[in-house]
Amino acid sequence: MTEATIDMTTTALPKTNTVTSGGREEFAHTISGTIGKPYLDGKDAKFFCRGVNVFYAGEKQAIFDVNMDIGKNEVIAMIGPSGCGKSTFLRCLNRMNDTIPGCRVTGDLKLDGEDIHDREQDPVLLRARVGMVFQKPNPFPKSIYDNVAYGPRLHGLAANRSELDEIVESSLRKAGLFNEVKDRLQAPGTGLSGGQQQRLCIARTIAVSPEVILMDEPTSALDPIATATIEELIDELRASFTICIVTHSMQQAARISQRTAYFHLGYLVELNDTKTVFTNPQHQLTENYITGRFG
Amino acid sequence: MNDMNTTQHTSQQYNHELEEARSKLMTMGGLVESQVTNAIKALLDRDSALGEKVAYSDHEINAMEIMLDEHCAEIIARRQPAASDLRLLITIIKVITDLERIGDEAEKVGRYAVEMAETPTYGDLHNALRHLGEHVKVMLSDTLDVLGRLDVAQAMQVVRNDQQVDEEFDSITRQLYTRMLEDPRNIKDSLNVTWCARSLERVGDHCKNICEYVIYLVKGKDVRHTNIESIRETLLGE
Repeated sequence: MTEATIDMTTTALPKTNTVTSGGREEFAHTISGTIGKPYLDGKDAKFFCRGVNVFYAGEKQAIFDVNMDIGKNEVIAMIGPSGCGKSTFLRCLNRMNDTIPGCRVTGDLKLDGEDIHDREQDPVLLRARVGMVFQKPNPFPKSIYDNVAYGPRLHGLAANRSELDEIVESSLRKAGLFNEVKDRLQAPGTGLSGGQQQRLCIARTIAVSPEVILMDEPTSALDPIATATIEELIDELRASFTICIVTHSMQQAARISQRTAYFHLGYLVELNDTKTVFTNPQHQLTENYITGRFG
Repeated sequence: MNDMNTTQHTSQQYNHELEEARSKLMTMGGLVESQVTNAIKALLDRDSALGEKVAYSDHEINAMEIMLDEHCAEIIARRQPAASDLRLLITIIKVITDLERIGDEAEKVGRYAVEMAETPTYGDLHNALRHLGEHVKVMLSDTLDVLGRLDVAQAMQVVRNDQQVDEEFDSITRQLYTRMLEDPRNIKDSLNVTWCARSLERVGDHCKNICEYVIYLVKGKDVRHTNIESIRETLLGE
């Protein structure tokens, strides 16, 4: 065998001509399925997503044929430039897009093998199983206690006051907030600091014992120390939950996730082990984004 | 270096910092090459003045190593490079270690050249050393080419050439055994020849290492401590 049979070009990355600011039609032909490891063994998959498309009002398509599995007890990070569809995709996972007028989701989305768009599926119950934490901390204008107790009360998870107390305490503990607020559980949640409010929102999400937690830029409004606390928390929560996080901070994705998904103009371009994405991405578009080569 | 590595960042300053690291690396490579060339020349021409000059010039290479290490550390701290930028910096940090060691070997050869300038003759070994020296010089210059052009095919060729250098070194060693057995008075200068040949052979090893780092930089695959066949398979397996 001679050297000529080996690809000796100086990069093994798939080439695209329009790597910086080209429109969708210019690069769509270079995307032939997602590069990397989008699929897991069936038994490890929590979410099963096949052929997912999202259209906004006026048939503007935001997501194009996304295929991926999301594993149990994994932290999966979704990154990509603004408008790439990562948040839109995240919101598909607990049918938050249903709340947007004119938004239409097609394709297969299964949670533990159950179609989440099934007629029988109650979106409220689905959102209890698939909780969500948002970019800006949004505690209810209620006491710290009531913020956390709200979900369990709604879903009737506690038979009596002491059970509810227990849920509130354990949720606040898991969110790493209990020691800071145990003496003022009746104080308003909105009086906490930004980082504490975000942890309160995480506690509120955990309180209804979800299986999956979706996080949409949960630390972008927080300072580095509060961010580090939340990141540490995410790592601990991974033992009990599956976590999907959308983040603008590539370093954050690198720090906390096991796999990283790179979205570009509505396409899932690459989904790979985080280590691979940050040391040796397989697609030129991922490489450009990761290394800061977008104009 | 091709466009994947130092250009097209949104930040022009970042482009500039990476480009600077790369160009300093090539400068250091040039310095090392001239040290090796001079050391071999001093040895073969029995030029003790040149040998001495080589032996006392190594500090320039050492200083460049330190400067490049600092420069790379600063880029890592400020920019948190990823993907090919990260591989570039890791590669530079590793390459300069090998370049510095090549410089050390040249320094040693320079010192032996001073000592051996007095030796009346070492017969056939002179030719053998010349041959080994030529081979190593070509290997080093190819290695610098590989660094400059990030040419994986040429990198593999250099890795392959190292085997020949190793064989030549073994052959010189065998001749030296015979020579020392023939007459114990030959032992002192035979040993000097051994050390020189050993240093030249080590230069070949460092060239091989550098080429392996370049394969890592370009392909993202670590091919150290494998043989040429596995490297080929690794690269084919993409």
